[in-house]
Amino acid sequence: MNLHEYQARDLLRTAGIPVPEGGVATSPDQVEAIARRLGGTVVVKAQVHAGGRGKAGGVKLARDPGEARKAGTAILGMQIKGLVVEKVLVVPAADIASESYLGLIMDRESQRPVFMVSAAGGVDIEEVAAKTPEKITRLPVDPRYGLLAHQALGLGLVLYQDFQQARAAAAIMQQLYGVFVANGASLAEINPLVTTAAGQVLALDAKISIDDNELDRRPDLAALRDESAEEPSEVAARKAGLSFIKLDGDVGCVVNGAGLAMATMDLVKFYGGQPANFLDIGGSSNPEKVVSALRIITADRNVKAILFNIFGGITRTDDVANGIVTATRQFKVDLPIVIRLTGTNEAEAFRILEAVGMRALSDMDEAVKQVVALARGAAAKGGAA
Amino acid sequence: MSIFVNAETRLVVQGITGRDGSFHARQMLEYGTQVVAGVTPGKGGQTFEGRVPVFHTVADAVKATDANTSVIYVPPALAAGAIAEAADAGIKFIVAITEGIPVLDMARVLPFVRERSCRLLGPNCPGLISPGSAKVGIIPGQICAPGRVGLVSRSGTLTYEVVNHLTRNGIGQSTCVGIGGDPLIGTNFIDVLRAFQDDPATDVIVMLGEIGGTDEQKAAEFVADYVRKPVVGFIAGQTAPKGRRMGHAGAIISGASGTAEEKLEAFRRAGIAVMQRPVDVVELVGAAKR
Repeated sequence: MNLHEYQARDLLRTAGIPVPEGGVATSPDQVEAIARRLGGTVVVKAQVHAGGRGKAGGVKLARDPGEARKAGTAILGMQIKGLVVEKVLVVPAADIASESYLGLIMDRESQRPVFMVSAAGGVDIEEVAAKTPEKITRLPVDPRYGLLAHQALGLGLVLYQDFQQARAAAAIMQQLYGVFVANGASLAEINPLVTTAAGQVLALDAKISIDDNELDRRPDLAALRDESAEEPSEVAARKAGLSFIKLDGDVGCVVNGAGLAMATMDLVKFYGGQPANFLDIGGSSNPEKVVSALRIITADRNVKAILFNIFGGITRTDDVANGIVTATRQFKVDLPIVIRLTGTNEAEAFRILEAVGMRALSDMDEAVKQVVALARGAAAKGGAA
Repeated sequence: MSIFVNAETRLVVQGITGRDGSFHARQMLEYGTQVVAGVTPGKGGQTFEGRVPVFHTVADAVKATDANTSVIYVPPALAAGAIAEAADAGIKFIVAITEGIPVLDMARVLPFVRERSCRLLGPNCPGLISPGSAKVGIIPGQICAPGRVGLVSRSGTLTYEVVNHLTRNGIGQSTCVGIGGDPLIGTNFIDVLRAFQDDPATDVIVMLGEIGGTDEQKAAEFVADYVRKPVVGFIAGQTAPKGRRMGHAGAIISGASGTAEEKLEAFRRAGIAVMQRPVDVVELVGAAKR
């Protein structure tokens, strides 16, 4: 789960990391008031979970409260990558002498949190990593001991020649490590970490992602989720216990298991179709999940045909069949459905479907070919009408 | 022969009285796995299915039954603790089925397990099966058959799909291993590839990977350098968009790294025969056997 910049800043500030004053606003009035309180030039920043805010016009400089109000009016309500901006962060424009990058991620390879620091800050760090990896210093941290003082100072000295600044950066790194561990983060990043003309070291922008697996035992963190910043169908799916990602195609897919769900999308493409979504109904099936899945998929107007691909293991295929029957009784599904079921209780599942005049296939390739043909046929008809 | 589990496996089931643990313990017993003990703190002294003694701790279970392998079905918040407990009790092979263990918990428990010379499979994995001798985890026994193909995979149901094609076409398996879809796992592709290379009962290896991370690329390098048996490979997620996590916590393309193209290219460079579709496994394994 990604936090907004203002939420991440709050976590850093609570940990003692120097972060410039600022405020969150949901109306131009509030933007103006915050700008007046801060005084001087401010930056108004859209709070959405999308990259490229600046390029999209979601970050504006304002020299006085009047300009800030105008910037707020322009940014609040605008869409960035399909997401409506409902909140802005207003911060003083910093007097920047240098910009660095400071990041902490859970690294798959070393199986530890790894610090990454670079004097090339303020830019896309992935680009730096790809093009000039030598500009990034990496340090895996043993989670049993945390970031030790000498390690932090070593990293601080990578960033700053001035000893006081290096020591200030080292303190920030130890605090950032504390934030990472205390909040079950999978990523915590300060970009840029700046020095001001007066020599102070400050965290100007922050990004924190929380490991989704922490949210069950950490209701305080789960409460930070901002559903308005997410695709509505994905919010509905999460509430129903489904793993769902909307895509641009026209073949709706309902699958059990993430690997098989991806392989199903790939096979749709292989046979000339385009998947409309990734959807994993998970292991232990109940008919309710199938009903929710069908609701979410049929709400997408691009979908022309629906494919069920279920390999029963823990998932009982008769449960899935019951779910399909229940769903089609609860609401009218106007789209063609192709059902592939195999594995646990498949004979019973086939019987349940046949009783209501539906038919299931047992071969995945055959099912995918059929659904692609149906989607294509529907698209051709729609185009002619 | 087979890898990691066989007829000598003496299994303790952690979480045996829970909903998932009891269901799968029954399935493993039916398959013929030697389930010698169960562990649920607070339920020591009970007997499961009239024949499996239940203990408060893994240490008690090991002392009483000489269990050498453990499988874990406990809830995510307690699972890392259960892994550590098994390692401390002297278990040498631990299979963690539990999905949703916080990654920081795993970062702490993995070094603990390694210091005790113990192998962890998973978490968030379907376990493994050596058809005909032992099943540890949740892979359905009826879709597997004894034979000489070794299979290693990140996923559950995709594994079933591929194994099913093999079995229906008369191609049996030595061992099928699911390593799990989490970012931090105990046993990776290379560990399993090495074991299959060293296993005299395995002739051909099938490797099912997916987008995200660099494990498949490293595995491909290992195949080129070390594996002398034919390898057939698949990558799921060719149509996945960047930056979105596809169900598995590890299945995410970040930046330019972890894409299907990158992984398939690494496979081809290593001489791995690439499956376009799950069904292609039959033809490619058949060709490799000839």
